[in-house]
Amino acid sequence: MKTVSLTIDGNKVTASEGDKVLWAALDNGIYIPNLCALRDAAEPAAACRLCFIEVEGCSKPVTACTEPVQEGMVVNTKGANALRLARTGFELLMASHPVDCAHCASNGVCELQIIARHLSIKLKSKRFRKLLRELPIDSSSPEFVYDPNKCVLCGRCVWICRERLGIGALGFAYRGFKRMVTTFGGEPIAESSCHGCDECVLACPTGALTLKDQHGGVSRAQRQKDPQPTAP
Amino acid sequence: MALNKDKRMAEEQAEFKQQTKQILKRFGRKRSNLIPILQKVQGKLGYLPREAMLEIAEFLNMPDIDVYSVVTFYNQFRLNPPGKHSIRVCLGTACHMKGGYITLDAWKRRLEIEPSETTPDREFDLDTVACVGCCTMAPVTVVDNKPQGKVEPTKVDGLLLGFELERKKQKPGGQLPTDEA
Ligand code: FES
Ligand code: FES
Repeated sequence: MKTVSLTIDGNKVTASEGDKVLWAALDNGIYIPNLCALRDAAEPAAACRLCFIEVEGCSKPVTACTEPVQEGMVVNTKGANALRLARTGFELLMASHPVDCAHCASNGVCELQIIARHLSIKLKSKRFRKLLRELPIDSSSPEFVYDPNKCVLCGRCVWICRERLGIGALGFAYRGFKRMVTTFGGEPIAESSCHGCDECVLACPTGALTLKDQHGGVSRAQRQKDPQPTAP
Repeated sequence: MALNKDKRMAEEQAEFKQQTKQILKRFGRKRSNLIPILQKVQGKLGYLPREAMLEIAEFLNMPDIDVYSVVTFYNQFRLNPPGKHSIRVCLGTACHMKGGYITLDAWKRRLEIEPSETTPDREFDLDTVACVGCCTMAPVTVVDNKPQGKVEPTKVDGLLLGFELERKKQKPGGQLPTDEA
């Protein structure tokens, strides 16, 4: 396969032809915020709108996950316009995300924390009114817990379950603010066609899907606290 | 009694399956036929029961969640059986300004169901619509396809009382109603 060379943030990098800028950057240790991108997917979903970059010669920022690399291309991941779009997108996302990191099993490994740090903004934004959904948590699976409130609708689990594993236990349902990842008929995961392979859990960038045996259904932070009963 | 009910439900499910199969005969096994199929099946059964969705998913060789996904995406599709009376609360711009949400809350409270649900006795189903073209009467509720104007919570009670009286009239001597469900 032909390789092309391009510049990302002043670094000369090479990538295979047809590759997207996002992967070229990540493969060379340059981080671009992303949630919905999947390397093996036939078509990028381009749904999360966090991976904005600026390309020399383009008047507007573009999404790195859809932009193919080109010979001699000059990419800037830190452009003010691109970052502004990414920040707004992220703040909107966080406006319906319960921020309770101390009690979340994904604390420390959560991609939302990584993105917030990268964009140097807070997880709790004051810019938008908070709107939470308060959906019931599904702990029916013997393997993992699904908390739809923490889902950012990136679609990674859905793609893996259907395209890579050919199971199709998870999918999107409803529309607009009610949109969610769920099973057929919204039934508990244990009653769906889920095999309990945990691949979706590994793909989840947030605390929406977390392993049970690793955390016993509770977060690490909680477990550390529990042995010492709090004084009245 | 419970056994009887189970039996009735099983019969109903078998019936749904049968009728869905019948409709599927007229279609090719193409994914693009999903929406026309759903429309036809709902046209026949009044809603899209679980059995029908499963049958369709198998026919089109797609994960059942994909069928569910489409059914929940479009307002047109129902997951619950239609009630004897349909209540459609308008939340269009004018009705919204005139307190459509308060009206909706009143219906929800009285019927004890959420929008897109049906009461357990299948008397009423509740849903919202976005403008029915008679904004001067806002807030509007379309009851059994008839737009009713200025539906404030007290009028909700009035309309429900009307249904109540009608039902009483229909069965003189307090006779048990014939099973609608
Ligand atoms: S990673 Fe590009 S839009 Fe989500
Ligand atoms: S907004 Fe309700 S009828 Fe127009």
